[in-house]
Amino acid sequence: MIHLQNLNKTFNPGKANQVNAVNGVSLAIKQGEFVVIVGANGSGKTTLLDMVAGSVFPTLGNILVDDEDVTDLPDYRRSRWIARVFQNPVSGTASDLSILDNFRLAAMRTRPKGLSIGINDDFKKQVKEKINTLGMGLENKIDQPMGTLSGGQRQALTLLMSVMDSCKILLLDEPTAALDPRSADLVMRTADKLIKDYQLTAILITHNLKDAYNYGSRLILMGEGLIVKDIDAANKFTLKQNDLFDWFG
Amino acid sequence: MDFYLTALLQGLCFSALALGIYISMKIFNIPDITTDGSYTLGGVVTAILLTHHQPGYIILPAVILAGGLAGALTGIIHTKLKINALLAGILVMTALYSVNLSLMGRSNLPLINVSSLFSVITISADPNHNTFWILAIFVIIITGIIGYMLKTDFGIAMRATGNSESMIRSLGVNTDRMKIIGLALANALTAVSGYLISQFQGFTDISMGIGVVIVGLGSVIIAETLINWFRITTVWLSLMLVLAGAVIFQLVLAVTLDIGVDANLLKLMTAAFVLVIVSLPRIMLRAK
Repeated sequence: MIHLQNLNKTFNPGKANQVNAVNGVSLAIKQGEFVVIVGANGSGKTTLLDMVAGSVFPTLGNILVDDEDVTDLPDYRRSRWIARVFQNPVSGTASDLSILDNFRLAAMRTRPKGLSIGINDDFKKQVKEKINTLGMGLENKIDQPMGTLSGGQRQALTLLMSVMDSCKILLLDEPTAALDPRSADLVMRTADKLIKDYQLTAILITHNLKDAYNYGSRLILMGEGLIVKDIDAANKFTLKQNDLFDWFG
Repeated sequence: MDFYLTALLQGLCFSALALGIYISMKIFNIPDITTDGSYTLGGVVTAILLTHHQPGYIILPAVILAGGLAGALTGIIHTKLKINALLAGILVMTALYSVNLSLMGRSNLPLINVSSLFSVITISADPNHNTFWILAIFVIIITGIIGYMLKTDFGIAMRATGNSESMIRSLGVNTDRMKIIGLALANALTAVSGYLISQFQGFTDISMGIGVVIVGLGSVIIAETLINWFRITTVWLSLMLVLAGAVIFQLVLAVTLDIGVDANLLKLMTAAFVLVIVSLPRIMLRAK
């Protein structure tokens, strides 16, 4: 599904503040795989995810999605395959727009947004039914501005928004970092359920080692812009939670 | 009383400009001051085509196109060359001064004895009423088009662009292109105000646009204060309040003239008035 070939990213090349964020990462992610990436700050995991999303372009190397070379495609053209949940809930939703408007845009992720009114009673019903599955009681608030909701509610809705249109790849960039433990748990369970229900290929970046242990079918440890450990499903099963803590010891 | 009627009519002329500023400043969150130039450009194109006896169905599209081009230019400089929006606007505005002057060939073009929008259409025998109805219908049509557009999928994407750029890019929208379209639209509306004012006052002057951005800003800020006051979230009501803002602004200026303030101090009064509306919510908050 996703092929990363010798990806490199250097910020500010040749200057005093040069940063070699990613130094030659090659990775093949199969359809339906749920990859969890952990690593210390500055290990290059967010830069790697940004390169897959298309908001950062690699200095060297290629990115293939569905066997198509997307290396030079900007983020807004990769939305055909990729949906994204950001670390900051504000980045993934439009605060001043209603929940309904946000969902309408998400429902058009892979298509051009034309000059016709797309929000009708059918669409409202569809959104209400989707939101109802969260069990947060938000289905009657769809006309409220997104900004009136809490961070946890917004992250959960962003997750739902990603499956409003056909979605193959879901990128999760520390989606629970800004949330309290209860909201974080809800968001992670929602993500896991959606990934399974819709058979999504997913990449999760997290600093939460418990989440890294509990979720995902493959675990990758990054350090200094390289893949340090790559543990597949069979081996991840036998892994103990303490092993993860030892990596950072 | 005539004083206030003129203010009302002027307010209606300026409501297109107010909608333009609302789009660039409130919807796209871009401080665009191409306005001074594109407003005059609208007036200049109108004057030239009117004095060359061109039909109305050519003049209005030409004005919209000219204003749109000016705005698109600011948008391209801002997005493609990554230049601060304020500076991009100042550059285009400055350049437009020369463009306007060379288009007209002189600094003032009177529109006496040419058939304008207000003399061609007759709805009422009284010329002031006639002007009022023509402007009212004109403004309703423009507001209708903008309001409809903001409700479409494209319009929602527009509103999201000024709100959460990372989100709307991840949802497949080219934000650079969207901003260029938005600034083109805003300045096309601004040019339409120039088109209306020129015909209303009967001349186009090279300096008619100086400081006109403050008229738009003032109108939008009045509208915003009302929007926050009444906690309005619907697109239609917001647009209505922008129109109301444009009229209120002109009426307040009429009051200042009426109570005998020197006309030379009008720009100073305008700036002071805008300062008062901007700071009013904060002053009141502190008083609590």
